[in-house]
Amino acid sequence: MTLALDTLGRLESEAIHIFREVAGEFDRPVILFSGGKDSTLLLHLAIKAFYPAPVPFPLLHVDTGHNFDEVIEFRDRVVAQHGLRLEVAKVQDWIDDGRLEERPDGTRNPLQTVPLLDSITQHKFDAVFGGGRRDEERARAKERIFSLRTAFGQWDPKRQRPELWNLYNGRHRAGEHVRVFPLSNWTELDVWNYIEREGIELPDIYYSHEREVFLRDGMWLAEGPWGKAREGETLQRKVVRYRTVGDGSCTGAVESDAADIHAVIAEVAASRLTERGATRADDRLSEAAMEDRKREGYF
Amino acid sequence: MELLRFITCGSVDDGKSTLIGRLLYESKLLYADHLAALEADSRRVGTRGGELDFALLVDGLAAEREQGITIDVAYRFFATEARRFIVADTPGHEQYTRNMVTGASTAEAAVILLDARKGVLSQTRRHARIVSLLGIRHVAVAVNKLDLLDYSQEAFDAVAAQFAEFAAELDFAEITCVPMSATEGVNVIGHSELTPWYDGPTLLQWLETVDAGSAQDGPSRFLVQWVNRPDSTFRGLSGRVLRGTLRQGDAVSTGGRTSTVDRIVTMDGDLAEAPAGSSVTVVLADDVDASRGDVLGAAADPPGVADSFQAHLVWLNENGLLPGRQYLAKIGARTVGFTATKALQLNEIGVDKVHFDAPVPFEGYRTNRDLGSFVVLDRLSNATVGAGMIDFALSPANVRWQTLTVDKQARIARNGHRPCVVWLTGLSGAGKSTIADLVEKALHAEGRHTFLLDGDNVRHGLNSDLGFTDADRVENIRRIAEVAALMVDAGLIVLVSFISPFRAERALARGLVGENEFCEVFVDTPLEVAEERDPKGLYRKARRGELANFTGIDSPYEPPEEPEIRLDTTTLSPEAAAAAVVARLRALGVC
Repeated sequence: MTLALDTLGRLESEAIHIFREVAGEFDRPVILFSGGKDSTLLLHLAIKAFYPAPVPFPLLHVDTGHNFDEVIEFRDRVVAQHGLRLEVAKVQDWIDDGRLEERPDGTRNPLQTVPLLDSITQHKFDAVFGGGRRDEERARAKERIFSLRTAFGQWDPKRQRPELWNLYNGRHRAGEHVRVFPLSNWTELDVWNYIEREGIELPDIYYSHEREVFLRDGMWLAEGPWGKAREGETLQRKVVRYRTVGDGSCTGAVESDAADIHAVIAEVAASRLTERGATRADDRLSEAAMEDRKREGYF
Repeated sequence: MELLRFITCGSVDDGKSTLIGRLLYESKLLYADHLAALEADSRRVGTRGGELDFALLVDGLAAEREQGITIDVAYRFFATEARRFIVADTPGHEQYTRNMVTGASTAEAAVILLDARKGVLSQTRRHARIVSLLGIRHVAVAVNKLDLLDYSQEAFDAVAAQFAEFAAELDFAEITCVPMSATEGVNVIGHSELTPWYDGPTLLQWLETVDAGSAQDGPSRFLVQWVNRPDSTFRGLSGRVLRGTLRQGDAVSTGGRTSTVDRIVTMDGDLAEAPAGSSVTVVLADDVDASRGDVLGAAADPPGVADSFQAHLVWLNENGLLPGRQYLAKIGARTVGFTATKALQLNEIGVDKVHFDAPVPFEGYRTNRDLGSFVVLDRLSNATVGAGMIDFALSPANVRWQTLTVDKQARIARNGHRPCVVWLTGLSGAGKSTIADLVEKALHAEGRHTFLLDGDNVRHGLNSDLGFTDADRVENIRRIAEVAALMVDAGLIVLVSFISPFRAERALARGLVGENEFCEVFVDTPLEVAEERDPKGLYRKARRGELANFTGIDSPYEPPEEPEIRLDTTTLSPEAAAAAVVARLRALGVC
């Protein structure tokens, strides 16, 4: 009788295959790691891909400075636990020396592109792992698993390479790099089911907790170094959790009493909103917002 | 839950995107924020008078939304109680066949749409052939737009019969025809009372039940991707089981060496067996020298190893395949040199004899997709330009390299100088032959062993069968490059004076000899100057239209990016240019 892999097994195996292809074909890969759910999953898969050897790549965090403390504490603990090397590119440094300007709305997610590209150039990274998934958004639905970026870090949807079978083309010229998306074929529900199956630890804020939040544009935002509630916006104590973790100024919490992984899975399975639609103000900026940012070199 | 990957394909306007949008919508799988975006788009650019236009849901890129066409593969996700699906929506325009091939390469089943009013068109046949060629054996034919024929059973039966007749020549295990209206949602999810005469499955029912099991049975194959060596105590081979089941204790072989699977290592603990698709790390009992790109195969029935194949090729690039040009091919985890013998244009499919510059482990594509498929890459642009499926091996490596006693080193010792190719490239009339002649005269006077290959002279003999099309130019240079390489083996300094307009072929010539044995000389003369000189009157002829494919006029010249020597003939006399070449050869240690 023939065994077969189940869906999560197939997805895991595919992601590991991708990690190993990159290790075999690139000189200086790096994994984008913020401590969020998708990048934690990415790191977990990388560790599995190379076990018992250590992960042969460093990590890179483009830090907006608008972080949830729990996430940064988690990030540093994971890095130390696995003996990894973490590079941090702080958006604040770019603002301080004038390479970037703070936006009027205080949001820093769009500001991550320049520090990311500068870091890639500085460290001569030639493969950059991201946690992007095709189920997230329309522009991403057409993204390749190996996605070539120009020497200026830009994505040209018209110049995308055909990608057939499991044969990934990692060839690039000096200065160009390839974004690699091992989670392309995963859905949000797959991610949660896999986190449960593997017992992967996440920052606490993914599970329900009490937090002071205020309502803006239909989203529950928390106060922080990024800003406070404005006039007419009242702080309330709510039981919430986060479905995504990004810049605190534009990442909204959802009202939820899902306190553990099982409850989260039940909630995600029943949800009528994608995680980005539910909680990310930056993707609501315009319908082509994601595509525009991808062209510029965003994750 | 089981995962099914399928593609939708069909002719332009058959309603593929609408069908997928409908599948997502009707199975209540459309997220509310996607739905909100769809409502906004439908009002703005929709083609259904403000009604929901499902096509907009899957046409992702801004340009596509505005032009109302799909120009790339979009991957969509949905799930039902029974299964999870990844669907590749692929475009129907002929020039985008490459995207369909891309989508089909990872699919296990296909939905072919056609317009009930139009029946089986040449596009439908083409798509069905591609689906079959790519090894998809389960097909649903969605006979769409039946609402426009009042859901006539006769019309449906006629189209179904037409398709069945044509598909008999294809390699499908199963064909299910579904009478449908994607815009009205008839027989997409549930059965419709509008087609009481139909008792087959609806499209979704078919998708939920079709046998997705891919043919991965058979002797085990394990692709080595990465050698896992954290310290001196552990040496594992990290890779993926491509076929069969790999078991601890199995006898396996690679490249003629045999060993036993000692351990199958994963972070979750060692496994007794790993089914097809598994990514694991194998530890062998013996210290067998296996590395990236090797394949471990069941020792009793290992995969073949060969370098020449009959293969089906699909060309994916605007620049057509040139016979004889050196490309790269990626197969398994190995990248090798690749040449084909027949020309192909974008979106063309052909059967050809192809040659890899090194033997590779392989299986026929019908037997194993993973070891029977390859992609063709351009050496210079790095683009993925073609896709191939191996039918079978041709004369598996029965021409072997003969080792000879008197070798290049012996000739260098005798001659007292190193051999080298001095490759002069430039427009017609640039002064290549004049300079080459002067260089050879100088070297000959110093007692060097030389030979001059001149473009015009060689075209009188060895290359008298070649004209001036791009394909013939590639072959022209390929032969010269091989001749020059032989002469380098013979210990000569070979002066090659050829327009040689394409970088790829000059790179090929460089690759045939050793490092430091190739000196590219760019005889740099602007077109206006060369045309003004026109020593043979060829530019005048070409301008009058009497000479087709003339370099610089109606055929491109790709100047070298990093030549060893660049000669600006607008400032250098031929004598000074020749002296510069000789000086450079001295500096390179050739003479």
